Amino acid sequence: MPATTPPLAPARDELPPIVEMRGITVRFPGVLALDGVDFFLRPGEVHALMGENGAGKSTLIKALTGVYSIDAGTITIAGEERVFSSTADAQAAGISTVYQEVNLCPNLSVGENIMLGREVRRGGVIDWRATHAEAQKHLRALSLEIDPRSLLSAHPIAIQQVVAISRAMVLESKVLILDEPTSSLDRDEVDRLFAVVRDLRAAGVAILFVSHFIEQVYEISDRITVLRNGALVGEYRVEDLPRDALVTKMIGRELDDLEALSRTAHRQIDRSGVPVLRAEGIGRRGMLEPADLEVYPGEVVGLAGLLGSGRTELVRLLYGADRPDAGHVSVHGEQARITSPRHAIDHRISFSSEDRRAEGIVADLTVAENIVLGIQARRGWTRKIRKSEQDALVNEYIRALDVRPAAPDAVVANLSGGNQQKVLLARWLATAPELLVLDEPTRGIDVGAKADIQRKVSELSARGLAVVFISSELEEVLRLAQRIAVLRDRRKIGEVDSSEIDLDGLIDYLANEGKGDAA
Amino acid sequence: MTRIWKHRLFWPIASLLGLIVINSVARPQFLSITMRDGELYGALINILRNSAPLMLVALGMTIVIATRGIDLSVGAVMAVSGAVALTVIDNAADPDNLGTVLGAVGLAVLVSLALGAWNGFLVAVLGIQPIIATLVLMLAGRGVALLITGGFITTVNSAPFSYIASGYLTVLPFAFFISVAAITLIALVERRTALGVLTEAVGINPEASRLAGVRARGIIWGAYIVSGVLAGVAGVIYASNIRAADANAAGLFIELYAILAVVLGGTSLMGGKFSIAGTVVGVLIIQTLESTILFLGVPSAQSPVFFAIVVVIVVMLQSSRVRRGFARLARLRQRRAPDGGPPPDVDPDLEPKRTEVAA
Amino acid sequence: MSVTTTERRPVRAESRTAALQSFLGRRAPWAPTIAAVVILLILLVGAEAFLRGDFITARNLSALLLDNAYLLVLAVGMTFVILTGGIDLSVGSVMAFTGILGAQLISSGVPVAVAVPVMLAGGAAVGLLIGVLVQYFDVQPFIASLAGLFLARGLAFVVSLSSIKVEDAGILWLQSNRIRLGDWYVTPTGIIALVVVALAAFVLHLTRFGRTVYAIGGSEQSARLMGLDVGRTKVAVYVISGFCGGLAGLMLTAYSGAGYPRNGIGTELDAIAAVVIGGTLLTGGRGYVAGSLIGVMVFGTIKTIISFMGAEQSWMQIIVGALLLLFIVVQRGIVARSEHRR
Repeated sequence: MPATTPPLAPARDELPPIVEMRGITVRFPGVLALDGVDFFLRPGEVHALMGENGAGKSTLIKALTGVYSIDAGTITIAGEERVFSSTADAQAAGISTVYQEVNLCPNLSVGENIMLGREVRRGGVIDWRATHAEAQKHLRALSLEIDPRSLLSAHPIAIQQVVAISRAMVLESKVLILDEPTSSLDRDEVDRLFAVVRDLRAAGVAILFVSHFIEQVYEISDRITVLRNGALVGEYRVEDLPRDALVTKMIGRELDDLEALSRTAHRQIDRSGVPVLRAEGIGRRGMLEPADLEVYPGEVVGLAGLLGSGRTELVRLLYGADRPDAGHVSVHGEQARITSPRHAIDHRISFSSEDRRAEGIVADLTVAENIVLGIQARRGWTRKIRKSEQDALVNEYIRALDVRPAAPDAVVANLSGGNQQKVLLARWLATAPELLVLDEPTRGIDVGAKADIQRKVSELSARGLAVVFISSELEEVLRLAQRIAVLRDRRKIGEVDSSEIDLDGLIDYLANEGKGDAA
Repeated sequence: MTRIWKHRLFWPIASLLGLIVINSVARPQFLSITMRDGELYGALINILRNSAPLMLVALGMTIVIATRGIDLSVGAVMAVSGAVALTVIDNAADPDNLGTVLGAVGLAVLVSLALGAWNGFLVAVLGIQPIIATLVLMLAGRGVALLITGGFITTVNSAPFSYIASGYLTVLPFAFFISVAAITLIALVERRTALGVLTEAVGINPEASRLAGVRARGIIWGAYIVSGVLAGVAGVIYASNIRAADANAAGLFIELYAILAVVLGGTSLMGGKFSIAGTVVGVLIIQTLESTILFLGVPSAQSPVFFAIVVVIVVMLQSSRVRRGFARLARLRQRRAPDGGPPPDVDPDLEPKRTEVAA
Repeated sequence: MSVTTTERRPVRAESRTAALQSFLGRRAPWAPTIAAVVILLILLVGAEAFLRGDFITARNLSALLLDNAYLLVLAVGMTFVILTGGIDLSVGSVMAFTGILGAQLISSGVPVAVAVPVMLAGGAAVGLLIGVLVQYFDVQPFIASLAGLFLARGLAFVVSLSSIKVEDAGILWLQSNRIRLGDWYVTPTGIIALVVVALAAFVLHLTRFGRTVYAIGGSEQSARLMGLDVGRTKVAVYVISGFCGGLAGLMLTAYSGAGYPRNGIGTELDAIAAVVIGGTLLTGGRGYVAGSLIGVMVFGTIKTIISFMGAEQSWMQIIVGALLLLFIVVQRGIVARSEHRR
């Protein structure tokens, strides 16, 4: 991947910061989300804000844009101390945000989305012709030739994002916050976006860039601020911070903790028998091109690929969460028709979704109820699990996975992310699966819980459980999986043996493999 | 911490008791129950008897609301059910025949079941918003009822049919026993089987439940069917009470009262956790309030004003804005007590993480 | 039906290269409304054919507007609310309440110049209550407007338990005065209704407030993040709906020559049905007042056809229910498709 780090104009350093945040503290009930964080943003720079999920990146952004009120600290914009009570306030002060899910109105035209609240008016009446002409001008400034009268929803996300940036420019923003803008874009779209970002930087706009794609951060940023657990780790110029140093600063000590597990990946798997699951040409139009996958007993198969590469789509199709329109699946060598989660569960396949909150836990139910939900669903509503049986089961899993607090009657919504994830793991293990599919089971949870979950996966696979493991942390995939299926652009591009590849090799494979001969 | 007023049923029950106390002070005869011909009479007995249709409808509504839904069509289903039952009896050779009446009631309930299934189909299979899906039947249902009765108010004289609403089984009204039977049946099915908790799971997080293998579609569908059947029985009781099928008046606004009862009972309209006992208390509050309003000499047509005020108060108490206000008040008091100590909402576990701040 | 022209966007594509596809891309939101027009035409032509040519007459079509003027005003108010993704169940009761209130005031000697503003303000006040509950207390629109329904219906009976005749010449003039053009005629109530439609179309399409209404319906969160005044707009749509309820109360009083506390039971459903049949999406963000005008005309035409055929009025509810269902299912399909594409 060509990491073109543009030379930093030395004069920029001398420019006073347009945004100065000092000693920012934000508290939520029971959580100190930001703890005395300092952050500076200068005109004409792209400044990356890095940190794992839960590090406080989005809290910092929301504190800056007036979504959250700060409990301590000061925010100074262009030399003037400010307190924003809403995003509208922040926008008026020249701070605009473009979010991952585009926050525009899909039911309105592109031009209107750009100009909403700033329409050209004559005597209070909107002049649509002038308004759309104005919008067109702003779109052209970002080299985007689309009809401003077309509906926003008719355009792909990448275009919508540029439209959102156009909107920010209409507001004459001095500060542009890009919150994970690239997570659902393909490479060409990222290039287009970055071209726009470089133009804006040249024009002196201060750009705060949040992304979990390290390569992109190195490609576009001038400076990096790292947060961890709500505290500032430090601010660095990009050329002073090598990638491995950045990763270490982001994740702290855990790298060493988890090294011990790496043996799992080198375990020999007997692939002579019948696979637990064999999928041939499984796919769905618009989601995933037909792909093959095999998982043998005791094997951990990792799926590597960026967000939106098709890794989640593949496992959802296998599980019947979405209905495949091509291919077939056999379980233990027998043809299986899996078009709903129930079919999958009947074939002893379990799936833990990447979206813990929306698709995993049932927030208002207790730990015990959440754990037995899977078994109960399997048994049907008429055969309720007896209290004694439930207690025994729940206590066993709480102990085995070290769920804290160890209270079966605690409401799951009140548990930390890591413990919620353990509850979900318990739900699926309780159904005694033969294939366990885990989609990002360690995302956004604390280090201890992460290690517990990885250890458990390793342990279970050693005892013969087949596992499909997805993580956007490639190190984690390399550590746990014996075999890695690599996906890109909604296509499976190949498989690698994890004992024959290292992190750099995997990144290279993921980025470049098959680029030349792709039809 | 388990103080009695923290219990979710504390406020509903307290309100009900409060109403009863007010009533018994204002009119001593409120509590008095007299025995005539081996049958009990009195204001309280009337409340139990008259609450039967609302009780049934509210029970069904509770289940539907637990799935994150709502059933606006219950009033229309009542009208259809009453129309079916009375038309069958009216056309029968012998309206006093017990078999005829049982057949008529059975058919009415069966039709209601079909209507509930229709709602369930729209919501669970086609994925239409519940408010809108049930609006269709709310609108068209009364038209169907009018068609069945031929546009007239069908009246009948049938002793077995009248017995449903006005008769006594031993010392208490028969309608009361229908209520009790429905409450018991629903409570047993929801709590003794896993249906209750699965319904809650579907109501709280439909997608997570589906992925966990819960037959969410079936559960939602079932909820609307139950609601339809209960509304059908309620329609029969209503028709029996007035001995007529009035397609326009039967069950008018009952969906609103049923929703109110559910909310009063502490079940959130956002779905999920539900309380059968709460709904029962809610229905009794409404019925007692209605009786109180009548006693005060207010024409019953004006009673919606009182219910509007009750709704506004209840929804405001449930709103997060008011709750935040209360919480802030409570915190202010707490903060003042230990002379300006640190606010109690900092997690001590997170404190040590302060250390690692690099410059 | 010529009023639809007031709705047309003032801007035309200047680009010659704009092909049919781009035209369709821009006009796609009109599709449901056009479907409603087609349904209306089919109804009219069908009735003309089956009822042997005495249906499409100037008299009948004029009566269509006259008989449904109050419903049209209610539907316009409802359109505002539904466009934001809300719903207002109170309008039928508000109409009854303001109607009986006005009748009571006038019959007890209060001048019309006072009584009419009081009616309109009464409707707006109920709307304000609903709007405040929705916006500031996070009450679901459905429940908040339910409280409004109870309140207004109860208050109607508080004002009077029975109907009150209105004999004020000014009020009755609204209905009885017929401005004729050949066989065509229009009453002041009809003119009021059409003015309300035109005014609403103007506000929705050419003012920032109107565009904020659409933005909220498209995505409330986005509208808020874009710095639009979501709170005030949301309260305002309920106030507008309440005001329209008050105006409808005035028109119904003129139409029936009396205030009656039992008026308008279930009329909120008719208004919602008309709006939906007119192509407004119940999830908000898409639809036009012109569509609601068509929806009301469809509603009125069905009613007229039924009475022409001498069929039971109960068919009315069934047919409207069926049409509502049809449109909801079609809308569901549209939404599902656009979700799929995203």
